[in-house]
Amino acid sequence: MQLFPCPFCGPRDETEFHYGGDAGNIRPDGADVPIDRWANYLYLRSNPKGAAREIWVHMNCGEFFVMERDTVTHKVLSSAALDGEHVA
Amino acid sequence: MTASRLATGGSAIDRSRPIRFSFDGATVHGFAGDTIASALLAGDVAVVGRSFKYHRPRGIWGAGVEEPNALVDIGGPRATPNTRATTEPARDGLVAKSVNATPNALTDRNAFLDRFARFIPAAFYYKTFMWPDWHRFEPRIRAMAGLGTVDADWTSPGTADQINHHCDVLVVGAGPAGLAAARLASGAGLTVTLVDDQQSPGGSLGHRAGEIDGKPAAVWVKETIDELAVGGHLILPSTTAFGIYDHNLAGLNQRHFNGRPDTLWRVRPRQIVLAAGAIERPLPFANNDLPGILSADAALAYLRRHAVLVGRRIVVATNNDSAYEVAGALAEVGAEVRLVDIRRDGMPAAPANVPLVKGRSLASASGKLRVDGVTLDDGTRFDADCVLVSGGWTPTIHLFGQARGKLAWSEARAAFLPGDPVDGIAVVGAAAGAVSLSDVFTGAGPAFAPLGQTKAPLPRSTGPEATGGILPAWPILGSKGRIWIDYQNDVTVKDVELAARENFVSVEHLKRYTTLGMATDQGKTSNLPGLALMAGITGRTVPEVGTTTYRPPFTPVPLASFAGARVGELMAPVRRLPLENVHRSSGAVFQEYGGWLRPAHYGGYADAERSIADEARRARQSVALFDGSTLGKIEVIGPQAAAFVDFLYYNTMSTLKPGRCRYGFMLSENGVVFDDGVLVRLDEHRFVVSCSSSHVSAVHARLEEWRQDRFGRGAVYIHNATAEMATLTVSGPNSRKLLETLGLGLSLDDADLPHMAIGHGSYAGDEVRVARVSFTGDRSYEISIRADRAEPLWAQLRQAGQAFDAVVIGLEALMILRAEKGFIVIGKDTDGTTLPRDLGVDGPRVKRQTEFVGRRSLFTEEASCDNRMQLVGLAVPQGEAPLPTGAHGIKRIDGRLRSQGFVTSSYQSPTLGRPVALGLIERGATRHGETIDTQHLGKISKATITAPCAFDPAGDRLHA
Ligand SMILES: [Zn+2]
Repeated sequence: MQLFPCPFCGPRDETEFHYGGDAGNIRPDGADVPIDRWANYLYLRSNPKGAAREIWVHMNCGEFFVMERDTVTHKVLSSAALDGEHVA
Repeated sequence: MTASRLATGGSAIDRSRPIRFSFDGATVHGFAGDTIASALLAGDVAVVGRSFKYHRPRGIWGAGVEEPNALVDIGGPRATPNTRATTEPARDGLVAKSVNATPNALTDRNAFLDRFARFIPAAFYYKTFMWPDWHRFEPRIRAMAGLGTVDADWTSPGTADQINHHCDVLVVGAGPAGLAAARLASGAGLTVTLVDDQQSPGGSLGHRAGEIDGKPAAVWVKETIDELAVGGHLILPSTTAFGIYDHNLAGLNQRHFNGRPDTLWRVRPRQIVLAAGAIERPLPFANNDLPGILSADAALAYLRRHAVLVGRRIVVATNNDSAYEVAGALAEVGAEVRLVDIRRDGMPAAPANVPLVKGRSLASASGKLRVDGVTLDDGTRFDADCVLVSGGWTPTIHLFGQARGKLAWSEARAAFLPGDPVDGIAVVGAAAGAVSLSDVFTGAGPAFAPLGQTKAPLPRSTGPEATGGILPAWPILGSKGRIWIDYQNDVTVKDVELAARENFVSVEHLKRYTTLGMATDQGKTSNLPGLALMAGITGRTVPEVGTTTYRPPFTPVPLASFAGARVGELMAPVRRLPLENVHRSSGAVFQEYGGWLRPAHYGGYADAERSIADEARRARQSVALFDGSTLGKIEVIGPQAAAFVDFLYYNTMSTLKPGRCRYGFMLSENGVVFDDGVLVRLDEHRFVVSCSSSHVSAVHARLEEWRQDRFGRGAVYIHNATAEMATLTVSGPNSRKLLETLGLGLSLDDADLPHMAIGHGSYAGDEVRVARVSFTGDRSYEISIRADRAEPLWAQLRQAGQAFDAVVIGLEALMILRAEKGFIVIGKDTDGTTLPRDLGVDGPRVKRQTEFVGRRSLFTEEASCDNRMQLVGLAVPQGEAPLPTGAHGIKRIDGRLRSQGFVTSSYQSPTLGRPVALGLIERGATRHGETIDTQHLGKISKATITAPCAFDPAGDRLHA
């Protein structure tokens, strides 16, 4: 069981978190966004081996945050609130 | 008589407390402190079980967790299958039964199978269960193979405790290495948790010679344990560390042996010290699985702990130094012992009174139900009633392997040792390949170095020191007879050879093909000999073959430990209505709907269907009362609340006037309808999202996500008030008249409170919110009040309702009413492809200029194609029964049947006197009036496509 650092609550068991997708997957607005771009936003994920930047939500406090972790070693590299103000 | 209990000695047993238990129906005597195995040996019971496949007679092999043979089913109040007799304490009145034997281990009626062994080699199942019709044989073959029996009537005597625990250092194993490490860690001011799978600490010090700091080993063990206990450290005996998980989480299972379920510990230490010792390997020779052939170390443990002498005429066969102490100890108590060592030189001196045969190995053992002698590779035969073997030691590094530690092959130890260090784990003692106590203690020093410096002195070995000389004796090809590699799974040298011949040479394939290393012991004694044999056959080195992946659990863990309190109702707790007890006293029959426990109906008739029909019929006649408290009530508050709901909803919501409600969809980004419901605007900056009951958590999470991702903390605030308020629904032509009797202090005049508007009043001093929205198609009012004050209001509604012949309806009747109206339930009448257009709501897509969730997905090729599944009503021919929900609309293409949609909701309408149904049918919106075939379980019937609404299509009753 991994320990994830919530920027607001500190280290907690991974079962308290939900994955929220790649960080930096910016939503393109508009009814006329090129369809490839929209499809990439919806479905294309980088799935890196190694360092990954991801959005997670801590279900207990409801806060979304950005976590950097290594998908091979499961080492957590950093964790920060979306506004960048709270850093765990 | 061969094995026996000595008149004196036995450090573990208490001769003042005799006990009796039953094994295979016979009474066995023992003492407190015995295991089932030690008591059986003391009673000279040689055959304790039958093997998995060939039903070979099997005896006790080991004295600990590695035991492959002596599995017993424990009966009684805490029935447990496949318990290792070597680790299970003997208790008064315990009932134990051998596994895979009928009627018992000694006279098993499937013993004949062994004579057919050559017809059932490795992979026999894979080859046999294919042709010609394996179903004919399978049940009988499966019944003959296997281990223990699960007791179908077993019920847990309670729930297992689960304890989360933190400490600086977790020491696994309370042998010399673990005790030394624990003591040193304590001396560094660290908190220590010490676990050991035996009932008493000491590990090998319990039966191997040793003197520490000038004291007998047993005294040092006791002093060390006492010191740790006084220091406030946690010491857990009878506890197995079965797994290491991410970020150094250790799983422990603690046994209690008093009828209480085991306890699961989740320990998160800063450092794990693995001091789990090593396990003795067998030697390869023909019939090496006969009862009476034991691990040499186990025989020493039985002698010194339980005062059990395992035989009178004993042959000790070895390839390493560790068996010499065993031979000497047995000779000392009067056994006739002969030592056979495969080495010609480099071995220790033979013990007193023990003849030593050098440079010879065992070729075979003989005997039927127990061993009666051995033949050496030069043809010499020795009679023996017991054969002890030591094929070397396999370090117990399973937990290190689970923690992704890489192993390194040691030629000197003929074993895999821990390789590159892993953060947070240190391996010490025999698990790290140490043999002498001096080496063990030296290795324990740096075990927790990252955490601090110790003030405690390193223990010193002041007695005789063990030596680790060994000459590998791996099984090889071409040996005569049947040589067992894996006792528990009946895997022989020939099976490994067969696997190699059929190219299952990868160690993982070898495991699956032959079952080597599977089942309850997971190959603790067999894995290394098996892969060494494969190495020999394929001309590779042992490290080139490698090991299979180490996975938890190290030993079997009861499912009850993992379940903990999550059993029965707590497995998936339901959400409950504030008025549940009131409904119960009204005869409500409850069911779970989307996680909520709600009245299905109120049991007016013995027949549920009739009760439901009666509630649905009467609801249309005068007035119905319904508990709608589960309906979502998520408040969206803040300066950008209107922009926020505009973005979240498919429909434009910002144009809604305060005090008004609007029905709308929420979409997912892929355009699919995610939820529907009514949005209430309380004031300029405050809305209430009234989402589907079963969707509240999901909708709340979605609102939060968009709030944080797109709008920010200062823009909106979201508050889920669902559980704070009860919502009581009054519906039907007389609903307004009934409400007027309550005196809620608000105008119910249609001009003041029209359909899709809200009003504020009070009841008994509490604020109430009245929303005029309808899920039945009749004039309806939803009254929301503080959940803890809802009961008097409900009581008064029922009381006043009597004058109107009011009916209390459950969810089933409501489902009929809404289906009559063609009102959908998301997830029932829609699926993961349904777009708003498929439900006939295309306006916002075309008209909206502002951004909303899912917008771009509504303009794709897929969204615009003309054969989409669309919401329709379905009517059946006069007099026919309702369509089955899930029935497919079918069509024929080139003579083949193909689905063109399906029935999503279907009920008999008591008001209309005919069935009503909703469905998703290809191009359905343009096909009203068309009659199609439907099919369910092969039965074909007709249905006519209609508009979804079957009752009051003009909507007059909303205002009646
Ligand atoms: Zn948190």
